[in-house]
Amino acid sequence: MQPSRLVRIALYLYGMLAIAFLYLPLVSVTFASISKARYLTFPIRQYSTVWYGRALESSTVNDIVMTSLKVAVLVTIISVVIGFFGALAFARYQWRFRGLFQKFILLPIFFPQTVLGLALLMWFNSIGVIPSWKTAVVAHLVWISPIATLIIAIRAYSFDPSLEEAARDMGASTWRILSEITLPLLLPGVVSAGLFAFLLSWGNFPLSLFTTGADSTLPEWLYAKMVSGYSPLVPTVGVFSIVASASIVILAFLLPWLVGKVKQNRPIKG
Amino acid sequence: MERLNRKLGFLSSVPLVAVLCLSFLAPLLVVAAFSVMPRKVFDLAHLPDFSAYAALFGQGYYRSLLWSLGMALASTVILFLVCWPMAYGMAKVFRRFTLVITIAVVVSLFVSENIRLFGWVLTLMKGGLFEGNLRAWTGSGFDSPLYNVSIIVFGLVYVYFPFMLFPLAQGIAMVPDDARQAAADLGASRWRVFREIDLPLAAPGIVVGSLLSFVLAAGALAESKLLGGQAVIVIADEVETAFTYGQDWPLGSALSVILILIIGSLAIFGVTRVDLDAIMGRKR
Repeated sequence: MQPSRLVRIALYLYGMLAIAFLYLPLVSVTFASISKARYLTFPIRQYSTVWYGRALESSTVNDIVMTSLKVAVLVTIISVVIGFFGALAFARYQWRFRGLFQKFILLPIFFPQTVLGLALLMWFNSIGVIPSWKTAVVAHLVWISPIATLIIAIRAYSFDPSLEEAARDMGASTWRILSEITLPLLLPGVVSAGLFAFLLSWGNFPLSLFTTGADSTLPEWLYAKMVSGYSPLVPTVGVFSIVASASIVILAFLLPWLVGKVKQNRPIKG
Repeated sequence: MERLNRKLGFLSSVPLVAVLCLSFLAPLLVVAAFSVMPRKVFDLAHLPDFSAYAALFGQGYYRSLLWSLGMALASTVILFLVCWPMAYGMAKVFRRFTLVITIAVVVSLFVSENIRLFGWVLTLMKGGLFEGNLRAWTGSGFDSPLYNVSIIVFGLVYVYFPFMLFPLAQGIAMVPDDARQAAADLGASRWRVFREIDLPLAAPGIVVGSLLSFVLAAGALAESKLLGGQAVIVIADEVETAFTYGQDWPLGSALSVILILIIGSLAIFGVTRVDLDAIMGRKR
């Protein structure tokens, strides 16, 4: 029962419209970032890249970029490791509390992040930990490691357990099976989980808001400026953050293609 | 083999469960404990009382809660209506274009939500992308649609769009074409196919998508602050104010506990009714 031609065309148009709608605000931010005026109004009278220069010079901007980067890198590494094992427990092994485990790790995703951040602040306070960018790593992990787990689990579902069983029958140890069979087979899932983890941490605002203490991440700094009044640096730094995410995504798509090219060109040794 | 499976399954769940116990369950217990402390204390070494909860009902905080829940409900309903055609297209019509849409939507998620909302402010404000350009061309502008309740709902719909779209598309993909074909052959109208085949068979996706958008929207803060400009005070805002300006942790905790109870019971209700293996694409 395929829909009629007219309906199909309408659906395609609707899809394209929705994507345009998703990206429209980013267009405004980009225009704003290259406006010369200190107080922005459209249509823009004079274009200039002066605010990009200012942003690059600013030591505050450098600090917050470094903080965001440190947090995102740590979150990526930890959540991928946790998520790899979590996905095996989620999808691969049949064990007693699997159903309960699956439901339990979904709860942090179904949770208002601002409230979670505040709860963590109180928890750190009551165990005597002073909030800094390190506590923000913990906060991001609560939300991001379940997501990494789910992404790897999708891959783990389509994985043939008889491969592992064959290796075991031939006498391979559990550790050897994990590193030589399971990890290579799940690798695409692990890579995309790492990509998601990095980018979601890089752009996350509500979890960082209360958990970074005196440090500040990029989205947090932007929010503070937006609420306290307009600064011409806001669109500029915003565009910088968008470009950083976009280039990582592009790199992630290019990398497999490049690796394929290199492999093709390498002469086969006998 | 079965015994080994059980052991390995348990062992590999340990790291994630440990992280979540230490940084998800434990903080929630601390919030619950703080909510029964006397007002304006910063540690737990006090006799419990319920003065924070008394203030909660006495001082009209329920109004913020109702606003948050109401706007979350409105945005969830709108999201369902807006996302259904697109999710249907992604699951049944688009083929290769589905991949393009998926990538485009996922990439938009990687941009911090407050940058995207700020972009809407620049687009819609007086002298913004729409109004400013319109006035430059035609000589007359329009009043800014910013700073009221409907723009907050719009912001919620915008930000949580992917959280409804993807589960819905996954749910619709689970509806077998044969069932729809059979119903149509037997003379069911389009509406009847939708109501009696699509809706019930796609229910797991609908439940997950609606729950995710409702729950996240109910606890949202940035939409009302950036787009709504304090037109209404949402519950997350009250919680934040109690913690920061108010310096009243027990009050903030009591507000959080109420929100957590509502959202938590909804979330648990939802996730226990959905077969995750089926949604996530079990092949065996």
